[in-house]
Amino acid sequence: MDVTAEAKQIMVHALSKIYCSRTQRGGLRLHRSLLLTLVMKSARDIYHSARLTSEKMGQSDTLSVTENTSQTEETMDTTSSTATPLRAIATQSTEDEQRSGLEGHVHLHSPAGLKVDKENCNPTRPDRHSRKRRSKTATDPDFLPCKKAKLEFEARGILQNNSANCGRALDSLSLVPMPRTIVTF
Amino acid sequence: MDGDGDGQSRWCLSQVKGAVDDDVAEADIISAVEFNHSGELLATGDRGGRIVIFQQEQESKNLPQCHAEYNVYSTFQSHEPEFDYLKSLEIEEKINKIRWLPQKNAAHFLLSTNDKTIKLWKISERDKRPEGYNLKEEDGRYRHPSSLTTLRVPVFQPMDLMVEASPRRVYANAHTYHINSISVNSDNETYLSADDLRVNLWHLDFTDRSFNIVDIKPANMEELTEVITASEFHPLQCNTFVYGSSKGSVRLCDMRASALCDQHSKLFEEPEDPSTRSFFSEIISSISDVKFSHSGRYMMTRDYLTLKIWDLHMESRPVEIYQVHGYLRSKLCSLYENDCIFDKFECCWGGDDSEVMTGSYNNFFRMFDRDAQRDATLEASWESGSPGLPLKTWRVCAGSRRKRNEIGVDCLDFSRKILYTSWHPQDNIVALATVNNLYIFQEKLN
Repeated sequence: MDVTAEAKQIMVHALSKIYCSRTQRGGLRLHRSLLLTLVMKSARDIYHSARLTSEKMGQSDTLSVTENTSQTEETMDTTSSTATPLRAIATQSTEDEQRSGLEGHVHLHSPAGLKVDKENCNPTRPDRHSRKRRSKTATDPDFLPCKKAKLEFEARGILQNNSANCGRALDSLSLVPMPRTIVTF
Repeated sequence: MDGDGDGQSRWCLSQVKGAVDDDVAEADIISAVEFNHSGELLATGDRGGRIVIFQQEQESKNLPQCHAEYNVYSTFQSHEPEFDYLKSLEIEEKINKIRWLPQKNAAHFLLSTNDKTIKLWKISERDKRPEGYNLKEEDGRYRHPSSLTTLRVPVFQPMDLMVEASPRRVYANAHTYHINSISVNSDNETYLSADDLRVNLWHLDFTDRSFNIVDIKPANMEELTEVITASEFHPLQCNTFVYGSSKGSVRLCDMRASALCDQHSKLFEEPEDPSTRSFFSEIISSISDVKFSHSGRYMMTRDYLTLKIWDLHMESRPVEIYQVHGYLRSKLCSLYENDCIFDKFECCWGGDDSEVMTGSYNNFFRMFDRDAQRDATLEASWESGSPGLPLKTWRVCAGSRRKRNEIGVDCLDFSRKILYTSWHPQDNIVALATVNNLYIFQEKLN
């Protein structure tokens, strides 16, 4: 879909710009970070609502599809909230700007506001493990974090790739697992 | 404003300053341009932290058809790169803003700021020096007392003009975030400085204290939705100032209402047109500059695509909207990818408030005649005509056509942009900075 492809492209660019700006002279620019966060949020909202619409229209009876859809909704913050927490940016742009965004840990909120730790849930369905598969045919968007990656690998991967490949976001980001803090939008 | 039918404007290129070659060092990129209150001096700041001041020569009797030229008057290093050891962050020496103080005596004073520190500079002339000391040799060594046989009082002798710049005040450690604006109050005693989340009020004489008058930092930074992008004092009312935000709104505050002006007195905001909503609506609505008219009756705001003139008595919508480069609306995605969508353009008023001006891409700048409701697109380039010849106006069309004085939007060079502009306070002389150079344009006088 054109809208989802464009939204995904925008999100990928926003992530790469945010990472590049962390290493630039003068430190993180709050205004720029805020604008990128807002763009990412609206692109994400549009991406998910477009995906939801297309899946409702063209859905099959297989439960795995709906299961993945609802998982996609739950792993990211709800689309309707207007005051979405800016955790990734907040940790970067607090007065202690030195703090690494990678040190934040995951806070996943279900719509009811309860904390749900998706990583440690026991899978109740036999095909739930398909959520962790990173194949292209999976309905999970590939910019979601790979939860098996270790923190050291993430940090090393991002430092190696993003310092050189700020412009080629799509290539580098498909290889580098995203840090968890971005997930919390 | 459009000039006559063949697309000529009444502006002509006067001077170009700076290196001719395309390969310009990062430190030489101009980042601030400002005329002083008389227009005699023109200051520029660059990314290397230097300030260059140009002075207008005395009006030449031989050339009545144009104003006198500007030549280098003083050059000095205003800010140096610093390092914040606590946060392990480098503080750039790039000059963000220059503001002149009204002149009170023979010396000139200006405020210059980088991301964290504001400095007050005194620029003074020395054209004589004392000579003929009784007790000292010419080189300064004291003479032996036994060799003194006469009494002689030193006298001032003329010398080659020397322009000295000395830092008189350093206002530091008051901003956690990056300073984007400074503005001198009409009381000539105080000034404000604004960063992303706070506006501070200073007295020019005191560097060890400033008063915070606006603070929009939320208790929880995760709830941050907007930042301050520009701020200015009213030119006549010393109690009034405005600040623009990243959401496209401007708040006017009255310092008489309370010590903390978090509650605005007026909110200037135009409701968003839902038909133009896109992924980038928030970015392009962010205010990049706000300037009061000289009369103090109006205020101008610049966002990515438009210039808006507001009547201070009407908050609901601007009284005039000018499209700077509306043809870019369909190109926002590419401009986002190449980062141009984050460019912050300045704008300025003509001396009598009848015209306004702002920069664009491809080294174009836009002039808007408010009275005649006409606009013109002019180009700042070496080839835009010899000095003294009127500039030709340009048109931007769709696609990639390129013919005489018409250029397709796909041919625009987005690396050549005019962000910083200043208009002489009385005469129709404008100074603007391209990436490489400083251009000075004048209106033809006859």
